Amino acid sequence: MIEAVGLTKRYGAKTAVYNLSFQVRPGVVTGFLGPNGSGKSTTMRMILGLDQPTAGHVTIGGHPFRQLPNAPRQVGALLDAKAVHGGRSARNHLLSLAQLAGIPAQRVDEVLGVVGLQDVARRRSNGFSLGMGQRLGIAAALLGDPQVLLFDEPVNGLDPEGILWVRNLMKKLASEGRTVFVSSHLMSEMALTADHLIVIGRGQLLADMSVTDFISANSADFARVRTPGTEPGQREKLTAALMEAGGQVMSEPDGALRVTGLPLPRISDLAHDADVRLWELSPHQASLEEAYMRLTQGAVDYRSTDDKLAHLQPPVQHPGQPGYGMPPQPPVVQDVPQQGWYAPPPPGQNPYTSPQQQPQPSDTPKDAR
Amino acid sequence: MTAPAPYHHAPQGYVSPIPVRRAHLGDALASEWTKIRSVRSTMWTLGVTILLMVGIGLGVAAIAAASEAPMGDEAALGFGFFGMLPASICVITLGVLTISSEYGTGMIRTTLTACPSRARVLTAKAVVFFLLVFSLTTVIAALVAVAQVSIVDAAEPTAMEWLRATIGAGAYLALLGLLSMAVGTLVRHSAGAITVMIGVLLLPLVAAMFMFSESLRSVQQFLLTYSIPSQMISLYSDAAPFGEDGPAGWEPLLIMFACTAVVFAGAFALLNKRDV
Repeated sequence: MIEAVGLTKRYGAKTAVYNLSFQVRPGVVTGFLGPNGSGKSTTMRMILGLDQPTAGHVTIGGHPFRQLPNAPRQVGALLDAKAVHGGRSARNHLLSLAQLAGIPAQRVDEVLGVVGLQDVARRRSNGFSLGMGQRLGIAAALLGDPQVLLFDEPVNGLDPEGILWVRNLMKKLASEGRTVFVSSHLMSEMALTADHLIVIGRGQLLADMSVTDFISANSADFARVRTPGTEPGQREKLTAALMEAGGQVMSEPDGALRVTGLPLPRISDLAHDADVRLWELSPHQASLEEAYMRLTQGAVDYRSTDDKLAHLQPPVQHPGQPGYGMPPQPPVVQDVPQQGWYAPPPPGQNPYTSPQQQPQPSDTPKDAR
Repeated sequence: MTAPAPYHHAPQGYVSPIPVRRAHLGDALASEWTKIRSVRSTMWTLGVTILLMVGIGLGVAAIAAASEAPMGDEAALGFGFFGMLPASICVITLGVLTISSEYGTGMIRTTLTACPSRARVLTAKAVVFFLLVFSLTTVIAALVAVAQVSIVDAAEPTAMEWLRATIGAGAYLALLGLLSMAVGTLVRHSAGAITVMIGVLLLPLVAAMFMFSESLRSVQQFLLTYSIPSQMISLYSDAAPFGEDGPAGWEPLLIMFACTAVVFAGAFALLNKRDV
């Protein structure tokens, strides 16, 4: 059991983690999700007593990590696959950790077998691939056969076989009654591995619920409608009819329409009334990935933009503004943005979909709680 | 504050079949010994240390033996200094790397997860490093001293001079290495800490050599007396190399011990307080 209460960490002016409270229970795999820079690794380091929280506290089984009796036998952690001295062999690396924790040396060969590194045990670890490094890190976490396991991005760099292995390992460890806390930004992976999710964005808790609850609470269903591609007029006609009926319509890159706010039968009726044939009318349920993206879209710190190569392109001639006397314009259909757009959220609970109402964590005074 | 309940009473579902016992300093010493013997930088720095001490020590002795100039009442042991000075650069490097390589690779986080007690980790590192460097350099210094005394036709050294040229020199180098380890703990960066230590080793003496101005005479005298190379050479004689009132005999060792203790106290405090 890991318990964080009001955990806050500031580095100078930057607030990495703000007022984070959660519990990680034994017996299930708990996924720890968040965009890059959202404070996942900082939180993990605070759990392990490597960083001192600015405020709040975190305990494992009721004790702060640094006061745990036999800490390495209670808690195992993989923080960073590259956190080994590259000049040391895999076996010597694990042996030094086993000796430090008072674990019998034969356990080293056992865990090397568990992670499948027994053939390269005597090779220096700077020749290891990222996947082999992850396996070595997992071996170090398993060394003390602990009750609480923390893994920071354990599947980074693993091949599909390795990913499957990690997934099954996490589930097996949890089924033995251990507390398993796994951070990742691979949603598809978490959907298959985790039972419970803790989602943070910009250092604050966004969600703490089971995977199924998370998907249903954050899923945004929409209908994909496709009109005959040979007749662009039909598409505009249908768009106008749908918008008039109160639906929100967006255009997908391949010409399909993404409709929200109208049930499927109503869309079909409207199309029929407008005398538009449909090539596709399909319900679309959000995956965990989309639910996550929508929840965290306001909390992303690092966002890529299109590489426009602007200086290489000839200047664009702007067409004249529409004015009096010009023919009526067809209804404007927004494109679905390539990034950053998701269907409207369900009402309530998500502070980041309306950022202007929510103070930034770094602006929030300490005594505001 | 009431004593926290024993951990095994907490609602935990899994109990490891591996017997649980409390780790102690002995475990940390075994771990640090595994670490220090399993990286090549240890072999390189200590190998070069041996090479420098033996090569330069014997070379200087051979030149002195071939020379016609009389040695006076000076013993041949003093030639050990010329190997000890360059060897100290290797010892500094190893001392810094013992801790800073853990910061450079991120291994320190793995180490401190396996042993949350910072004091135990640093103590184990210091003990293993000191014993390794002290025993090695003492043995080499003794071998070189025996060879020098037998090659060079000079005054017979006293028992105390023998002790200082062997155990004294070994302890001085090992303490200098420990000081480097403490600086490595404070700086947390290999190149930075090694640069600092080489500066501390050589710069005061170099600066003093160029203080020609009369008004700086007292500063020059202080730097000449207390620079590390002067302290090293005064280990080999009963008189200070520059002026009469400087430390000589065993005193340089005490000064180095005091400096190391102070910097180590700072390293302990900071390691305990700082985020890793």
